Formats: sequence, C-alpha cells, structure tokens
Amino acid sequence: MIVFQNVFKIYNSHAVALEDVNFNVEPGELISLAGRSGAGKSTVIKLLIGEDKPTRGRVFFGQYEVNKLGDSELPAFRRHVGVVFQDFRLLATKNAHENVAYALEVMGRPQREIAELVPQVLDMVGLSDKAKNFPHELSGGEKQRVAIARAMIHRPEVIIADEPTGNLDPFHTWEIINLLQKINQLGTTVVLATHDKEVINSLEKRVITLDRGRLIRDEQKGKYILA
Amino acid sequence: MVTVISRIFHFGFKSFWRNGWLSAATVAITVLALLVSVGLILFRVVTDRATESIQEKIDISVYFKTTTPEDQILNIKQSLESLVEVRQVDYISSDRALEIFKARHEDDPVISQSINELNANPLQPSLNIKAKKPDQYAAIAEYLEAPNLKTHIESVSYAKNQVVIDRLAAVIDNVNRGGLTLTIVLALIAGLVVFNTIRLAIYSNREEIGIMRVVGASNALVRGPFMVEGVISGSLAAVLSILIAAPVVYFVSPYLNAFIPGLKLFEYFYTNIFRLLGYQMLFGIVLGGLSSFIAVRRYLRN
Repeated sequence: MIVFQNVFKIYNSHAVALEDVNFNVEPGELISLAGRSGAGKSTVIKLLIGEDKPTRGRVFFGQYEVNKLGDSELPAFRRHVGVVFQDFRLLATKNAHENVAYALEVMGRPQREIAELVPQVLDMVGLSDKAKNFPHELSGGEKQRVAIARAMIHRPEVIIADEPTGNLDPFHTWEIINLLQKINQLGTTVVLATHDKEVINSLEKRVITLDRGRLIRDEQKGKYILA
Repeated sequence: MVTVISRIFHFGFKSFWRNGWLSAATVAITVLALLVSVGLILFRVVTDRATESIQEKIDISVYFKTTTPEDQILNIKQSLESLVEVRQVDYISSDRALEIFKARHEDDPVISQSINELNANPLQPSLNIKAKKPDQYAAIAEYLEAPNLKTHIESVSYAKNQVVIDRLAAVIDNVNRGGLTLTIVLALIAGLVVFNTIRLAIYSNREEIGIMRVVGASNALVRGPFMVEGVISGSLAAVLSILIAAPVVYFVSPYLNAFIPGLKLFEYFYTNIFRLLGYQMLFGIVLGGLSSFIAVRRYLRN
C-alpha cells in the first residue's frame, strides 16, 4: 500500500535528511516510525503526504506516485489519508464540530451526512460535550482527539500520526495511543512516528527505526532500540 | 459545484464574522481608500465646473467697419460657424450694440445725452465668437487674418486679450492634467494600502491555509472564502464611504458654491448617489476580491 523505494532527501551536503530508505507498509498494519529527533521521521511523513518531494527515489501510496503529484492533484490525494500532528493543527476560527466536519466538507459530502457523522465520531473520541468549543477552549488531549476525529471521519485508508503525543502528559498520551489502536483494529492502516520508547514497546507491533536519515532496523514485533 | 460554491460563501461569511477585529480593520482601511476615491470623483466635478465657468468668460469679438454690409457679416458668421474650433457665433448689429450701450449707461446722463446728440450710430457691428476649447482662439484669430476678411474688419479683441486668454488656457490645461495625475497617483496609493492590509490579514492566516490544504481542501475552497471576505469588506466599505461622504459634502457644498458659481456639489452628489455607490462598490469589490486572490496565491504552492 505504501512503498518507499530508494528514497533520498538531501537539502545540502551537510543536511541529508534521508538516505536510501526502503520499506513497504501493508493494508491494516500499525507501524511505528522510531528514532531520535532529527532522525528523519518527520521527513518520511512529509514525503508521504506530498508536503515535500524526495531528491531521489519514489514514494507510492496505493495507485498514486506521490512524488509526481502536482499542486492540483494533491488535494484529491490527501483525502485518502488522515493526518495527525504534534501541534494539532486545528482551524482556530472553527469549533470542534466544524473542524471535524471540514474534512467531509472539502470532499463535497452532503450536509445531511455531515450532520449525522460528526456527532458519532466526536462521541467515539469522547468529545460530544465539547462540540461547540473552539480550539483555544480545549486542553491538549482534547485538541488531539479533535484532530484524530478529523483525520478518521472520512474513513481514510491510512492515518498518519506525526508525534501525536509529543505535547501531551502521560495520561493523555495513553488516551491517544489507545484511540489509534482502536482505529487500527477497525481496519485502518496507522503510521505512527514517535520517539516515545514506552509507547513503542507497549504496542508490540512493527517498528521501523531511523537514525540520521538511514533505516537501521525494521522488525515485525519491534522494540525501541537505538544504536 | 453548487455545494462547493455555497460552502465557499458560508465559510467566507462565517470567517468574516469570527475574525471580527481583523475584518473591522480591513473595512476601516478600505473605507479610507474609498473616501479617497469618492473625493477624487467629486474633485473632478469641482474642477470641471471651475474650468467651465472660466471658459464661459473667454470669447473674442470681431468689430467690423461701419460700412460693411450686413450680408457680408452674416456670410462671415456662417463661414466661422463652419470651423471645427468654433462653438458659437453671435451677431451684434450696430443697432443692437447701441441698445446694449444705452441700457448699460442708462443711469449716466452725460453719456446718454451725448449719444442722443449724435445723429448717426457710431458703434460698429460685431461678431462674438466662443471656441470649443480655450487654446483654439489663436487659430480662430489667425483665420480672421485672411485678406478677404481683413478688409471688412476694424479690430479683433483677441489681440488685446491674447495674454490673458493664453494664460487662462494654460491654467485650465494644467488643472485638468494635474487632476488626472493626482487621481491616478492617489488611486494607486489607496489600492496599494488596501492590498497590503489584506495581504497582512491573509499572512496571519497562513497556518490555517496550510491546515486546509493538508486536510485535502482544493485551491478553490481555500481561496474562495478569503475572496468572499475581501468582497464583503469592499462592499461594506463602499456603503460606509458614501454614508461618511454625504454629510461632509452637504456641509462643504455652500462654501464651494460661493467660490465657484453654479457649482451645486451636494445636488450632484444626491442625484448621482446610486451611480457613485456603484463606482464605490465596483472599486471596493474588485480591490478586495483581487487583493485576496493575489495574496492567497503564494500560500497555495505544494
């Protein structure tokens, strides 16, 4: 489903973000991208959602060759993925309900369907009572749950989470990880980039470890091991 | 398509309302720009009327020898009327000139008496010529220099007034040209100020634009609401600019009327209010919409 084929990302001779990275992700998997800060996890995510292009190599997502997509093709492609970021990236002028609804609105889904689905998904992430609240009125954990609700509402094939627990306390961290696991159990592929050792070890799922831009380990029931 | 358009408008209106202070600031700046625009339109009306009233005062008179037969003068009048430069020619016969002279000096017994004592009418018949433009008098005066005309002509007032006429023509020309330059420069500055204000407002939304794109919004759905906001700002500012200008024009109008006779600025403003509002709307909407369109473009890449 996701294929990284000899991918290089070189900014200049002193800044090599990725070096010959190869891996596949199969449908329904939950994989963790592990590594220290600066290992290249975020670069992998950026290349995966078309926010950046590789210097060399190819990135496939289903029928799309992401590195070849033009500006006008990206929006349609991005509707196949749901993305969750460390800094939540919620629209500040929209409340929780509207932020979640936005993912369906951009796809042109009818209003009636949106009105029906959004409360269901907000309920699933435990935020039914915060639907009318704006992001600045929500806690970090709540914001991330809104972000996850937005990422999953259109039933994407993959949810990509880039350090989703980076700004959260341990309690909210587990809340988010449990939610991602639940989404994966329902059949959605999940790519989780994190440097949280405990999270990776507890998942007992496939771990791809990056170090200074190189893929140094790819294990089916992996642990967070560096060096 | 209909869904996308209705969502663009919905997002635009909502965002305009929720970004209250930012929207208010944009509207305020646009109002200032549109006040400049309505000011320029009214300035044009004032200078047009002022130059018109000066032009009305300029003319040249051709005085014929008393021996010239009336037919001959009327022939010359006709030939003058066929000139492209000439707007109007009035014939004043000797008798008519005497009537005017008498009427003017009615209260002066010395002059009235001396006229009555004369048996013959000493006043010459004349043609009073008005040109279409003040700089055309020289050409008309030159036409009158033709030998076949000159034999009948006693004098032409242009020679005496040439300096004044030329100077007035230059003043009128300068006012028109200066007015046009001023209009272009000020309109450009006003446009740039509004463009920059909108650019800053959109700059403050650049992260939101990035989020919309990551979520999968098409360029039209990202750009559209900002354009709708720009158009709302422009329309609101157009209405406000007319509401602010109305009392100012009402107050200033009588003073201007004393200065430039025949200038009824408020009457002009009042009778043309919908046309003015239309211009303002057009300027505001184009400015707001186009500025947003251009300002968002740079954030729509990749």
